[in-house]
Amino acid sequence: MSTKKNPYSAFSLLKNALSYHENWQRAWRNPTPKTDYDIIIVGGGGHGLATAYYLATVHGITNVAVLEKGYLGGGNTARNTTIIRSNYLWDEAAQLYELSLKLWEGLTQELNFNVMFSQRGVLNLGHNLQDMRDIERRVNANRLNGIDGEVLSPADIKHIAPLLNVSPDARYPVLGASWQPRGGTARHDAVAWGYARAADALGVDLIQQTEVTGLRRQKGAIVGVETTHGFIGANKVGCVTAGNSGVMAAMAGLKLPIESRPLQALVSEPLRPCLDTVVMSNAVHGYISQSDKGDLVIGAGVDGYNGYGQRGSFHVIEHTLQAICELFPAFSRVRMNRQWGGIVDTCPDACPIISKTSVDGLYFNCGWGTGGFKATPGSGFVFADTLAHGRPHPLAEPFAIDRFYSGALIDEHGAAGVAH
Amino acid sequence: MLHIYCPHCQQHREEDEFSYSGEAHIQRPSNPEILTDKDWGDYLFFRKNPRGLHHEMWYHAAGCRRYFNATRDTVSYEIMETYPVGTRPQIAPLPTIGDDAT
Ligand SMILES: Cc1cc2nc3c(=O)[nH]c(=O)nc-3n(C[C@H](O)[C@H](O)[C@H](O)COP(=O)(O)OP(=O)(O)OC[C@H]3O[C@@H](n4cnc5c(N)ncnc54)[C@H](O)[C@@H]3O)c2cc1C
Ligand SMILES: [Zn+2]
Repeated sequence: MSTKKNPYSAFSLLKNALSYHENWQRAWRNPTPKTDYDIIIVGGGGHGLATAYYLATVHGITNVAVLEKGYLGGGNTARNTTIIRSNYLWDEAAQLYELSLKLWEGLTQELNFNVMFSQRGVLNLGHNLQDMRDIERRVNANRLNGIDGEVLSPADIKHIAPLLNVSPDARYPVLGASWQPRGGTARHDAVAWGYARAADALGVDLIQQTEVTGLRRQKGAIVGVETTHGFIGANKVGCVTAGNSGVMAAMAGLKLPIESRPLQALVSEPLRPCLDTVVMSNAVHGYISQSDKGDLVIGAGVDGYNGYGQRGSFHVIEHTLQAICELFPAFSRVRMNRQWGGIVDTCPDACPIISKTSVDGLYFNCGWGTGGFKATPGSGFVFADTLAHGRPHPLAEPFAIDRFYSGALIDEHGAAGVAH
Repeated sequence: MLHIYCPHCQQHREEDEFSYSGEAHIQRPSNPEILTDKDWGDYLFFRKNPRGLHHEMWYHAAGCRRYFNATRDTVSYEIMETYPVGTRPQIAPLPTIGDDAT
């Protein structure tokens, strides 16, 4: 299709300007959908694209389509604050996020695409005695699981983040922090594009501007999807649709234990380098890092009520910025450039759902809520394995939807804390 | 900032006086002893989470401290009505599920 290369030039810039820059050469094909596929992935965010990539590389399944209603990586993948870490409390979650962190460590090389993974370390602040007890417990649990972590004193913290106010008379006194040196950030778009480009090269069809509007079933099994461009057949369908997962489930007559809520972030004007790590505080609902461009990237708390409008409440960011200004007095004069919201799929135990459903061949990978960016590679890896073999990957097994009936919830509210 | 009409106080007040309590009209099981795990799971965790009209509970936390229901569009955030717990919505009425449904 559009694989022929048009060289870049001043002339092509002018020419493409006339067609609103919609006809530039592509890093991947723009294929017309086939009538059927072995596996259809609904949702072209990081998780869906990673799933397609691992289906192709690890399992040799390339007759795969990724259907995306908008553009690739334009959902929460494009909207998050890109914090990556694996310091979760319970074994099940820690192992899944640690698998992901290990994959991040080799991802740029594997995809031959710079995902700008930067292991600048993550601080989780403690502001009171209970925070510190939780932090100690979590760091100890992490170390038993072979995950790096330390408990730091205010003096250590001051050394890592000099602009942070750790004085005892601060509005939110900092009593200590957990520190995961291997944590950090990555470039949100690059991970989606890297997986997309690599999956496309292996023959996966990435089909954008195509919304799935129905899940066609016969005798309790999935046979394909209705889309805005007609029916496409497949006996296996994996929904990786984040905040829209409840809507997808309803198409198959199912419900999920998920509520969709707006989560906001904002970025400042670019500044000189002043913060070379990630600082998070559960107690005051704020998390901050500085991007390579120099802007401060700040994440807020989740809105109080269900919503699909990608914006978010003003008083929520107001609260976060108050806290950020208390923690970093020097940032009080910084001007904010942009603010936005994404719709996160929150689960009662703050853990994802990676699962079969009661419809044969229909799978869901959702519920990552406020913290799934860090899990993009691991989520794709275990979901591809689950789809390929029709049974859960061992690391995905505890995250099956049955846990809401058996009661085996994996309570990560502490480690998930606020959004992150 | 939403302006929410509290049917008890009979006033529009700002969103941050209220807290949200999720999907409305979920009946507490009247026969807990004979409930299966599936029934309990559905009651506790599984939600409609619709994109569009939603019947939901709100709590006037910094006001009269009483619960009420609202019909709200989860995309435009428009609140079509608020109504006392124990009554039925006027907009997109729910299928009748029993007289004691709240
Ligand atoms: C403000 C904010 C800050 C965050 N910060 C962090 C953080 O610091 N660290 C972290 O780990 N996580 C963070 N997260 C969470 C993280 O962004 C998500 O968990 C993760 O990106 C989810 O990836 P995904 O691929 O599953 O979803 P998405 O990227 O949302 O992809 C889902 C895709 O499905 C498509 N889709 C939906 N319905 C349909 C349909 N019917 N047909 C076709 N396509 C459909 C959507 O268009 C979308 O592109 C944050 C989220 C937000 C909103
Ligand atoms: Zn009131």
